Amino acid sequence: MENSVIEIIGAVLVLLGAIFLFLGALGLVRMPDVYNRIQAGTKASTLGTFLSLIGLLLIIPAWWGKLILLVIFILITNPVSSHVLARASYCIKVPMFKKTVVDKYKEDVVKLFKKDENND
Amino acid sequence: MKIKSQFALFVVLMIVWFLINNSFQIEIVIIGAVLSFIISLIFGRRTDVLNEFKFTPAAFFYTLVYLLVFFVELIKSNIDVALRVIKPSLPINPGIVKTKTVLKSKMARMILTNSITLTPGTLTVDIDDDILYIHWIDVESDDIDVATEKIVKKFEKILVKIYG
Amino acid sequence: MVNTILTIAVVIMMLALMLTLYRFIKGPTASDRLISFDVMTVSSLSLIALIAKFSERIIYLDVALVYGLLSFLGVIIVARYFEKGI
Repeated sequence: MENSVIEIIGAVLVLLGAIFLFLGALGLVRMPDVYNRIQAGTKASTLGTFLSLIGLLLIIPAWWGKLILLVIFILITNPVSSHVLARASYCIKVPMFKKTVVDKYKEDVVKLFKKDENND
Repeated sequence: MKIKSQFALFVVLMIVWFLINNSFQIEIVIIGAVLSFIISLIFGRRTDVLNEFKFTPAAFFYTLVYLLVFFVELIKSNIDVALRVIKPSLPINPGIVKTKTVLKSKMARMILTNSITLTPGTLTVDIDDDILYIHWIDVESDDIDVATEKIVKKFEKILVKIYG
Repeated sequence: MVNTILTIAVVIMMLALMLTLYRFIKGPTASDRLISFDVMTVSSLSLIALIAKFSERIIYLDVALVYGLLSFLGVIIVARYFEKGI
């Protein structure tokens, strides 16, 4: 069966997305501490899912409604969950990598959490 | 004020409903309208952020520019972090730095922090009024002004034009 | 042609899932496990979308949407539990 050019471009985009997902997972395994794992893992997987959904959109244009909803959903929820994870990890004092050069958050963290409790 | 944010929530919910169903049959429209009305009546007062959307032509144009800049940044920094992961020596230099933002509106701050978090290499850990605490995978300088120049400015200078 | 490329993509995604599973089991802290859970669900979301393409059923996209929603909720709730308890 003959495929059109657009379908092949879509398939290549899906493949690129899969490669980014793989790199994200590799970063998750290789990075030394929680914060760097968040950096390498969740961001690369966001781009990977984004690219594969866009590629699928090019292959099957009739499904645009749900695919676009999925893309918007991923783009909104993923940064929120990685930010919340980083903050919670800092709160339960997960140790940072020993080669960390600077930590400006430490001096203000007590004040900030106290302020947060008053707001609740 | 409350009515306005309820209406904004109603419109957003209806758009999501049409994207899911992908049809304009009369029963589906009625069910969606009733459900969205009930939900926006209950949760409307919590969503006053949605009021800050602007619908002028200039805002629309700069939103397009922003999306373009954002996607270029996203792909560039993703490739950068991917190269760091592949290299056997793992060249990272992490740390948490302080930066400042000049944006005042809640919506603009939300978009700015989410964009910073989505580009790999930078991750917003916390926000305190106009101070952002950012975990940076390759710290080039711990000075507040230099860090602001390197991380925040490229998104901020467009958002200022939309939300002022 | 298209199906061949998509099959390769599915294989690569499976490898990625295995790597995240390794981090999930090894872990040292609870935060590491939560992060690998997050990455795992996001990767399986695109895997579910590809399965929907192979079996040509749009209903599987709904499954992916609800799956992503539940995983987001789960991550937020567990992170909140880390921060201030239930």
